[in-house]
Amino acid sequence: MSGSCWITVNGKRLLVADGMSVAAAVMSAGGACRVSVSGEIRGPLCGMGICMECRATVNGVAHRRTCLLTCADGMDVVTG
Amino acid sequence: MNASFDVVVVGGGPGGIAAAMIAAEAGRRVCLLDDNERPGGQIWRGFKAGTAAKYPHGRSFVDWAARLGASGCEVWARWQVVDAPAANCLRVERDGATSDLRYERLILATGARERFLPFPGWTLPGVMGVGGVQALVKGGLDAAGKRVVLAGSGPLLLAVGAALKGAGARLLGVYEQAPLQQLMGFGATLLRHPGKLAEGARYRLKTIGTPYRTGCWVVRAEGHDRVERVTLTNGRKQWSVDCDWLGCGFHLVPNLELSRLLGCRILGGFVEADEFQESSVKGVACVGELTGVGGLEKALVEGEIAGWAAAGREREAVALGSARRRMQRFAAGLERAFALRAELRGLATPETFVCRCEDVSHAELAGFTSWREAKLHTRCGMGACQGRVCGTATEFLFGWETTGMRPPVFPASVATVAASVDEVEMVR
Repeated sequence: MSGSCWITVNGKRLLVADGMSVAAAVMSAGGACRVSVSGEIRGPLCGMGICMECRATVNGVAHRRTCLLTCADGMDVVTG
Repeated sequence: MNASFDVVVVGGGPGGIAAAMIAAEAGRRVCLLDDNERPGGQIWRGFKAGTAAKYPHGRSFVDWAARLGASGCEVWARWQVVDAPAANCLRVERDGATSDLRYERLILATGARERFLPFPGWTLPGVMGVGGVQALVKGGLDAAGKRVVLAGSGPLLLAVGAALKGAGARLLGVYEQAPLQQLMGFGATLLRHPGKLAEGARYRLKTIGTPYRTGCWVVRAEGHDRVERVTLTNGRKQWSVDCDWLGCGFHLVPNLELSRLLGCRILGGFVEADEFQESSVKGVACVGELTGVGGLEKALVEGEIAGWAAAGREREAVALGSARRRMQRFAAGLERAFALRAELRGLATPETFVCRCEDVSHAELAGFTSWREAKLHTRCGMGACQGRVCGTATEFLFGWETTGMRPPVFPASVATVAASVDEVEMVR
């Protein structure tokens, strides 16, 4: 299918539009991004790479700022 | 991949694009560095040449992007500056690769971020910045049918409100903390900027049917694992609104980290710059929001000035002086109009986290007298955002000055931080 690609968020396959940011994809999947040091669930705040709340593990690399990343076919995202 | 340029520009928003493009057109070897996948900054985020023209500011994006492409400037996207390990040298990182970039002249165009202030519930998922919501929607997040409340302060509120309505959101209300009287003074400033006045009017037209209330602010957000309800006040009574998203940000503050690291003199929260945009550090210019939050046109004209100056074309730079002064007056007007009310200092309860990275509560910070002292004892500001969120908040809440900046400017790999200038080739 052109204009979209498949990614995986916490093991669940997700079809997303081309050019979608990973943070937007995680939010679309209904998920949050990380668990804070005291156990709170957190989602994106600033959307522009400043606040670090949208960090997740992308393709095995921890602490990626998902708001700065664009979805690519086969991308594997694991949150909190 | 070490490299050397006549001019390095940090930040690919309008100011950085203008600076890089002018200097490159004038024959200098220029590198434009940005941490996003494409230049454009926040205002032009996600714009594409074919479709940009239908958005506000899209026309200017198309023109500038085309000129940038033809200018011969090298664009380094997704690179992040982490350090300035030697004179005229920046250490940059991308996907674990490290590079040292040498420059004769440096132009900083690192833009602004939203000022976030703590209130009960502000850490719930679904509570975002005003620009934060905008950026995520530009990044493909579907706003259709979402019940959205926008609150805080600044011209972004209406602009984002209009964009969200266009994206199909159910915009339930836009709440500006500044009192109407304070905004009226800004109205007089706007009369001298008819373009800005028309822009504001267009946004208001697009948000017709949605209340835009001045002198109102958020008291708290509530929900289980995400925001479900927000409570607002006008200082006399409180009311609650059910919503899916709350966008809340209190105007903008400049991203001063790199300017601070390089030693640029900062006065009243902004970098001091001369008529060529040069800071107190010779060879380092600062443009756009760094020198005063004034938006697109200010960034463009200051970028052009810095670009001409970096190319040694001072006459062209001086010719833009009156346009620059005009936009600086506009920025000063914004600052006055959206000055924050004292009540906002009292929103956080003792349990409310002020530092979201290390979960440091308001109560834990009580009793400290400085940012440094609070950091040492509580870990406030010691987390991944390095105080970008809570430092800015504590400046307003407690009057602390978040001075001092040490590398890395952004979280970086140990190899990047540890390498000496000569070793960078090897750690790649």
